[in-house]
Amino acid sequence: MAVIELTGVLKDYTTEAETLHVLKGINLQIEAGEFVAIMGPSGSGKSTLMNILGCLDVPTDGVYRLAGSSVGELDDSALAGLRNRTLGFVFQGFNLMARSSLEDNVALPLVYAGVSRTDRNQRARDMLAKVGLEGYARSLPNRISGGQQQRVAIARALVGQPAVVLADEPTGNLDSTTSAEIMKLFERLNREEGVTLIVVTHEQDIAAWAKRLVLLKDGLIQYDGPIPPEFRRNE
Amino acid sequence: MIGPLIGEALRAMAANRMRSALTMLGMVIGVGAVIMMLAIGKGVEDSVRASIASMGSNLFMVVSGAPQAGGIRMGSGSAPTLTIDDADALKDLPGVVAVAPSSPGGAQVVVGPTNWSTSVTGTTPGYFTVAEVKFGEGQPFDESDVRGATRVAVIGPSLAENLFGGDSPIGRTIRVNQSPFTVIGMTEPRGQSIDGRDQDDVVIIPVTTAQRQVFGSQVIGSVRFIQVKAEGPEVMDRLQDDMETLLRDRHRIREGQDDDFTVRNMTSIMNAAASTTAAMKLLLGAIASISLIVGGIGIMNIMLVSVTERTREIGIRMAIGARRRDVLWQFLLESIVLSLVGCLIGVLVGVGGARAVANVTELKPVVTAGSVMLGFGVAAAIGVFFGFYPARRAASLQPIEALRYQ
Repeated sequence: MAVIELTGVLKDYTTEAETLHVLKGINLQIEAGEFVAIMGPSGSGKSTLMNILGCLDVPTDGVYRLAGSSVGELDDSALAGLRNRTLGFVFQGFNLMARSSLEDNVALPLVYAGVSRTDRNQRARDMLAKVGLEGYARSLPNRISGGQQQRVAIARALVGQPAVVLADEPTGNLDSTTSAEIMKLFERLNREEGVTLIVVTHEQDIAAWAKRLVLLKDGLIQYDGPIPPEFRRNE
Repeated sequence: MIGPLIGEALRAMAANRMRSALTMLGMVIGVGAVIMMLAIGKGVEDSVRASIASMGSNLFMVVSGAPQAGGIRMGSGSAPTLTIDDADALKDLPGVVAVAPSSPGGAQVVVGPTNWSTSVTGTTPGYFTVAEVKFGEGQPFDESDVRGATRVAVIGPSLAENLFGGDSPIGRTIRVNQSPFTVIGMTEPRGQSIDGRDQDDVVIIPVTTAQRQVFGSQVIGSVRFIQVKAEGPEVMDRLQDDMETLLRDRHRIREGQDDDFTVRNMTSIMNAAASTTAAMKLLLGAIASISLIVGGIGIMNIMLVSVTERTREIGIRMAIGARRRDVLWQFLLESIVLSLVGCLIGVLVGVGGARAVANVTELKPVVTAGSVMLGFGVAAAIGVFFGFYPARRAASLQPIEALRYQ
């Protein structure tokens, strides 16, 4: 069964002047273990789609089922629980807690999941090692490079063993070498650990790392299929 | 859940040390002021109560009244209408324990080359009962001394110290306005009276001796005032009526005429004084509480700033699974920690301040456990109360809006 299932999803934003139809009927299924890139020009609705996929927003109409739960029927607290257990987020701006050590940053989702302190720390350290940052557990985020910070953010997204990891322009703040390293890490995690990945990007050489491309235009899916051969990885 | 959040709160405070310190300063001053003011109020209250106790309980004071001469009314005590005989008559009323007719005055007391200006009270042995005088040395004079107008004196300990140094004054002779008196007793220290007179710097002599040999010029047999001690508080009201009836009768005052004396219930006057100090204590506490509230508003202000500054952080936390109540608790705990730490320091400042006041002034502030708990409890409540609004605001943010916030 698909881990993500969108059926006829609409999203409207009503302003004083007009009603904007941002998503105009999205049908999308993503299976566990897939690596999907979502692309689209500005205003195509990809941020809105990402917010809905991330349970940060709910559709105006249509059904979104995430890991079996119908998201539209859940209240705030249940949505928070779903984000905590089922989803992992990686942002463009890393978004680490500046005052907390890397270990505490990675362990933060587990705090909200109610995991015990020793367990949290152990899992956070293991996850830091997995992204190649063992030995940095007690450092603060401002002591490491941007690429390393994004690795910490990936570790944080993965620590709760979520069903899906959502990455919104994960390489937007990084140079091309570092971007390639981050994408390699994603690719390896997908291949070796079976992590389901959804990456939003506007760069073809980033999307080329994925196995499937979803192209949005004006609130509708224009293309859904394998990565076109003209997309080249930025290795 | 709470454990890691307290850590977060402490880390947030440490990240903005100066701001946290200044915010806490409001609570420090508030709690310190409450504890100090309550301590000072309690100190004043205690000293008033001690004065009341030293004066004796269940007392009446009868003063000679306001005479009218050609339409000009004089003040109380300005005419010698009360006599020793009045006092004897009052003593026979049911419910009266003792009476003490008194003729007070000032005199120069001389012993050899030393002299000292002090207050002299001519009275009867009843005085020692009325004023609940305890003797450090020697004994009081008795009725036969009053009848015989003998020259014996009871003196206070600070007068004895002034005249005789450390020596025992018993059996020594003092000259009061030239008349020699033998000291037969010395009171225990009694401290200040309610009106601030030193009750240890006194000479107490038989009233008859005082009138004939020390003050001289007064009408023989008349006294300035009569103190009356009743059996207990329950007879006070009835006794006041009885005393007024008896004295009107003795002074032949007809129906409709003004009394030439006044009976004052000292207990009620003292209770009024006590309730005045209680009111003062309340006022001090209330003023100090205002500074607590101001401190609380300071916390709210800073927490609101903090919530705005950390909007993005709140968004991230919500994205990775913080529920609204987790965010609420995070900010609430931060304000509670701020106010409790401020409060702890405030308690130390308040206690230290009370000590300092005790060292510098005559006042003896009393820090009670109750006032510390009150200050602490109110401060914690303020932390919750003023922290709740900012925390609610943080918790009610929409995750997407918060994440988009720059």
